[in-house]
Amino acid sequence: MISFTPADIDAIRLSAKVAVAATIISLPFGCAVAYLLTFVKFRGKIVLDGIVNLPLTLPPVVIGYLLLLLLGKRGWIGSLLGAAGIRVIFTWEAAAIASAVVGFPLLVRSIRIGMEAIDERLIHASRTLGANRLDTLVTVILPLSARGIVAGSALMFARSLGEFGATIIVAGNIPGVTQTIPLAIYEYASSPGGERAALALCFVAIALSLAVLVFHEYLGGKLGRRK
Amino acid sequence: MELSVNVAKSFGEFTLRADFTLKGDRLGVFGASGSGKSTLVNLLAGTMAPDDGTILLDGECLYSRSERINVPPERRRIAMVFQDPHLFPHLSVRNNLLYGYKRCVPEDRRIELDSVVEVLKLADLLDRGVSNLSGGEQQRVAIGRAVLANPRLLLMDEPLSALDDQLKFQIIPYLKGVCEEFAIPFVFITHSLVEMRLMAERVIVFEKGRIVQQATADQLARQRMGTSQVGYINLFRLKDSRRVDGLTAYRWGDGELLLTTGPTGEEGLFELSSRDIILFKRHPEAISARNLLQCRVVSAFEVGNRTGLELECGGGRLVAEIARMAAEELDIREGGEVFAAVKASAFRKLG
Repeated sequence: MISFTPADIDAIRLSAKVAVAATIISLPFGCAVAYLLTFVKFRGKIVLDGIVNLPLTLPPVVIGYLLLLLLGKRGWIGSLLGAAGIRVIFTWEAAAIASAVVGFPLLVRSIRIGMEAIDERLIHASRTLGANRLDTLVTVILPLSARGIVAGSALMFARSLGEFGATIIVAGNIPGVTQTIPLAIYEYASSPGGERAALALCFVAIALSLAVLVFHEYLGGKLGRRK
Repeated sequence: MELSVNVAKSFGEFTLRADFTLKGDRLGVFGASGSGKSTLVNLLAGTMAPDDGTILLDGECLYSRSERINVPPERRRIAMVFQDPHLFPHLSVRNNLLYGYKRCVPEDRRIELDSVVEVLKLADLLDRGVSNLSGGEQQRVAIGRAVLANPRLLLMDEPLSALDDQLKFQIIPYLKGVCEEFAIPFVFITHSLVEMRLMAERVIVFEKGRIVQQATADQLARQRMGTSQVGYINLFRLKDSRRVDGLTAYRWGDGELLLTTGPTGEEGLFELSSRDIILFKRHPEAISARNLLQCRVVSAFEVGNRTGLELECGGGRLVAEIARMAAEELDIREGGEVFAAVKASAFRKLG
């Protein structure tokens, strides 16, 4: 019989919250970066491409550590936020930021694939019919890359659910505050007698991942049919 | 409309250099593929910037490198119809049609949805998605969408090339119809002389990125009849048909033409090659060809080693082509009389 302690429930709820927040805050940036990389010619495009994709190959722990340096009390951003009375480190927001950074390349890649598949002539048509760049982005490019956006969001969401390395460094492993499912499993697995509880949470992780995949397929198929 | 262009644009090996001024409302750009026609279209529409030069439309500067002007495409009011319809797949026919209209400032809106729907016969399609329309329907929607943007110039880049012959000649009346009905000046780009003659008056000819000639569409067709495999194509728009002993007789000028094609009862467009006309000096006693037309020679012109003849018969005009030796034997003189024989089966129906 699978049973959950209140701390487990908190971890599940927190995981979902962190993954949703990470996905939502990344989406506008993901669309913007994918747009820049697909449609705009500018100097330093390769550099931007590299930076965006770096988290894909970099160990998440490294990302976590760099974020800690950036967001910590003496970091560039951390000191500014500190002056405004905001502390990010060791909060669930830090976990969301860590997840967002780690999942960002997956999001951008998917959206970019969607945008690259759009016939350039449709964009020319839109511009010559009186739509400016922003209008074209909103009324033509984004609707036509909806599949990529949905796919990317689902990947990002799933990646956030599984985020461990970066999260444990910037957010710590505080039950009820920053302890997500992977961190809770880690704690159960490293304490004696925690096997059953760890396994229960593993099932939750599997169920959530499957749900995301099914949702992704469903929406992808629906959008595909419309084309 | 007056279009004045002096631009240069290079990609790798290819360089486009265009320097021309065209006046008129039915302009043509003619050239083989790869000659730079589509590049010119993109430069005019603003979807591509030239490397250097100026573009003026009715005196308004759209691009000038020296004055650092480059009006973005959405403010040029130059709409496009492409080879493929390129309709927005996520919008209904109605919303495709209205895409440009909604973005046109109200003062410039003089063409309304209802009238375009009527001219292009789109009423039954309005609420459908665009993916389940036929090729011809899609292209009609694309034309409507461009026209409803209320442009001051319509660019048509090979708009008929993707359609089969039958559909092509069905679409042409729509294209001409909307442009005439709503008085929209256009630039028609094609590699087909027949399409050019049906659509445009003044034509510039592109070859390898350069303009090699400016002429009327008909002048161009006459010049090229020597090198073309089919000679000069005489075009006939015929109506008022009646059946005569298995053939179809159409009114043409003062007389009639007998054709094997038909009967349709409706107006039809037919072609006849200059090479399918046989000339006689005197009226032959009997002949198998069903059309024997008494003609006056309006003009004779040299095309390669052959002679082209413009003939006038009963109000209609024909261009025939004969060997130079034949011209001497027939004693062709301007103002002279000849008889032209054309088989009823030599006419081909275009649409």
